[in-house]
Amino acid sequence: MKDELFNYTLRLGDTSVILAQRLSEWTGHGPFLEEDLALTNIALDIFGRGKALLEYAAKTEGKGRTEDDLAFFRNDREYFNALITEQPNGDYAKTIIRQALIDCFDLAFYTELAKSKDETLAGIAAKSMKEITYHKRHSFSWVNRFGNGTEESFNRLQKGLNEIWPYAGELFEMNEVDALLIKEGVAVDLSTLKANWEKEISQLLAKANLVAPEGTYVQTGSRKGLHGEHLSYILAEMQSLPRMHPTAKW
Amino acid sequence: MQTKENIYSLLSEIPDPEIPVISIVELGVIRDVKFSDNKTIEVTITPTYSGCPAMKQMEDDVRKKLLENGFETVKINLVYNPAWTTDWLSEEAKLKLQKYGIAPPEESTSDKSFLTGKTKSITCPRCKSTKTRLVSQFGSTACKALYKCDDCLEAFDYFKCI
Repeated sequence: MKDELFNYTLRLGDTSVILAQRLSEWTGHGPFLEEDLALTNIALDIFGRGKALLEYAAKTEGKGRTEDDLAFFRNDREYFNALITEQPNGDYAKTIIRQALIDCFDLAFYTELAKSKDETLAGIAAKSMKEITYHKRHSFSWVNRFGNGTEESFNRLQKGLNEIWPYAGELFEMNEVDALLIKEGVAVDLSTLKANWEKEISQLLAKANLVAPEGTYVQTGSRKGLHGEHLSYILAEMQSLPRMHPTAKW
Repeated sequence: MQTKENIYSLLSEIPDPEIPVISIVELGVIRDVKFSDNKTIEVTITPTYSGCPAMKQMEDDVRKKLLENGFETVKINLVYNPAWTTDWLSEEAKLKLQKYGIAPPEESTSDKSFLTGKTKSITCPRCKSTKTRLVSQFGSTACKALYKCDDCLEAFDYFKCI
């Protein structure tokens, strides 16, 4: 079970770290000061969660690696982040709709994970779900505002949704790691979250006059470490400093 | 032999790195202190927010304070469970926050209004008016939201309920 727990925790940690890295690209570039602060704060919460998860993954693995080793010294094929998190930010509307789809999933997911038999995962989840409550309120309210704003804001939001939608389905994918850990009472059975996510998202989209694209192919691969081209660029930027100066301390 | 009260009063001298008017004990991040002799001590702390950048500073401050006061080995454990909540802020700490210009959390996390997101009106820490409005759920640090008072027209931080 140790290998499965390592992989599961790594997957959650990677998803958090890559999303946080993406969101923090907005730091200093937000549409106005308060939004710049908001997105930076959200990125910070998610980074904190990622750090805690990678710390636990490193401890579970038991090979003397640290959370920094895991974040900075693995290549793209060793990363298990959900594909939706590595998608480029696009404009603010696209970033917001991506965040809303993820926040809606994350709040339900971490609320369930807080009941896990694994005490460390349950603890991290209990902490995270409170923070995600705020993130979700933020992203949902912006979807509503953009959707009911001007023609321009609506069009950008719909375009963002069309681009990001094919990556949302992968959030619910499970494999043999999930199967084993669900049996042990450690992991969350993602199939139990799907109906409610679909309901909440369809209500959100309807309120913002948005239409979800139909018949799109669901992009998949991250559970096996398969990614699009974007992840390598994120890693190149994120890892260049520690790889250049592996013994540096700050 | 040190007593638990002694240790807590030593730790009470450490200010929160970002809100120096309250101590880390008042903030509620110190969860437990264990020691069997005067040389080795174990302190358990919990983060306020997952990504709170002040945690490392708090750890360093706790270690420094205890080493200065005769302990030779200080071990610091970081726990996530039970998760920190603003309900742990003492009434005295809330008063200190208000005097410092930060509106303290107005409700308990078990209130229905917190769950539904319809927060009560927040009192301006400067002029005490309740005619205030939310500018952003996210403020200058992870634990604060940004409000504006419509009477004295000042912007202020609100220590949000979590």
